[in-house]
Amino acid sequence: MTDYIVPLLLLGICLIALKKQENAYDTLLTGGMEGLRLLVSILPALVVLMVAVSMLRQSGAVELLSGFLAPVFRFFGIPEETAMLVLIRPISGSAALAVGADIMAQYGADSRIGRIAAVMLGSTETTFYTISVYFGAAGIQKTRYTLPAALFADFVGFFMASLTVGLLY
Amino acid sequence: MIMSWIFTGITLISLLCAAYLGRGADLAAAVPNGAAAGIQLAISMAGSLCLWTGVGHLMERIGLTRRLSRLLTPLLHRIFPDTRQDSVLAGCLSANICANFLGLGNAATPMGIRAAQRMASRSGRTASDALCRLIVLNTASIQFIPATVAAVRASLGSASPFDILPAVWLTSLCSAGLGLACACLLGKVWR
Repeated sequence: MTDYIVPLLLLGICLIALKKQENAYDTLLTGGMEGLRLLVSILPALVVLMVAVSMLRQSGAVELLSGFLAPVFRFFGIPEETAMLVLIRPISGSAALAVGADIMAQYGADSRIGRIAAVMLGSTETTFYTISVYFGAAGIQKTRYTLPAALFADFVGFFMASLTVGLLY
Repeated sequence: MIMSWIFTGITLISLLCAAYLGRGADLAAAVPNGAAAGIQLAISMAGSLCLWTGVGHLMERIGLTRRLSRLLTPLLHRIFPDTRQDSVLAGCLSANICANFLGLGNAATPMGIRAAQRMASRSGRTASDALCRLIVLNTASIQFIPATVAAVRASLGSASPFDILPAVWLTSLCSAGLGLACACLLGKVWR
């Protein structure tokens, strides 16, 4: 069923574009260029952070950390293998991408843990970064309950990612 | 600046752990391997990312954003009561939510910031309830096509990179909904 979502979506969008006499092809190209530019802009960060993640993994630090946090994670039904991702996701988007890719590579993209890592990455945001950008631009000094509420939303995301992957696949 | 601390901290922790567990050789190999893995990851994602950013732009171009924002209006009125009177604010907010939904992060942030500035012009230096809610909504990331993650999955040989979609939708809806509920509750007690 999910196999058909993407091709059908592509077809639908192109048909609407043709009906509206929009140049679908040109828009795909200009938009694609922006995607590539975005990728180039995060490339140095990706390299540096992959070095960091790979050092953490090979030194045994990740195992120590997930072993240490395992009781808490197990209590909520979140696999402790994703501990690194859960900790880094709210702080840095590129680092989370690096950690997530590392987890998916190690356990397999279609494994349960790989899927959970993917859903976690896809359904949460870089909370601290977002908060600092928005409040910085708006000149806010008293943030009140924003951080706890946003971190709670992240936690729900991590919890639900583990739950939905367990139920749906 | 914070990333400098994090990177230094990670290096230090790795060194200590490797020394403690006697994994010096592994640690040394991790540095060049990690750097190579960063480029490999970027190259293998590049195709999907390029395509999906293009599709996101096309969805915007054919007016999907406008149709979505019309659907969103009743919900917007509930979450942000100010939008009933302030149509500019309503426009910024729905553009922000729709751009996030279509995965156009670059377009979403400026609109969200404009909405945040408009809200802040009324509440001064303290975040209003509406502003807190806007940020919770933005940190919960409701995305129709999580293109980057799908690209990573595809690059690692997933049989069906998009089969996580239902789980991603369900998860982000729950996290946005419960995050907003938590913000509403806290807003009553936290002055």
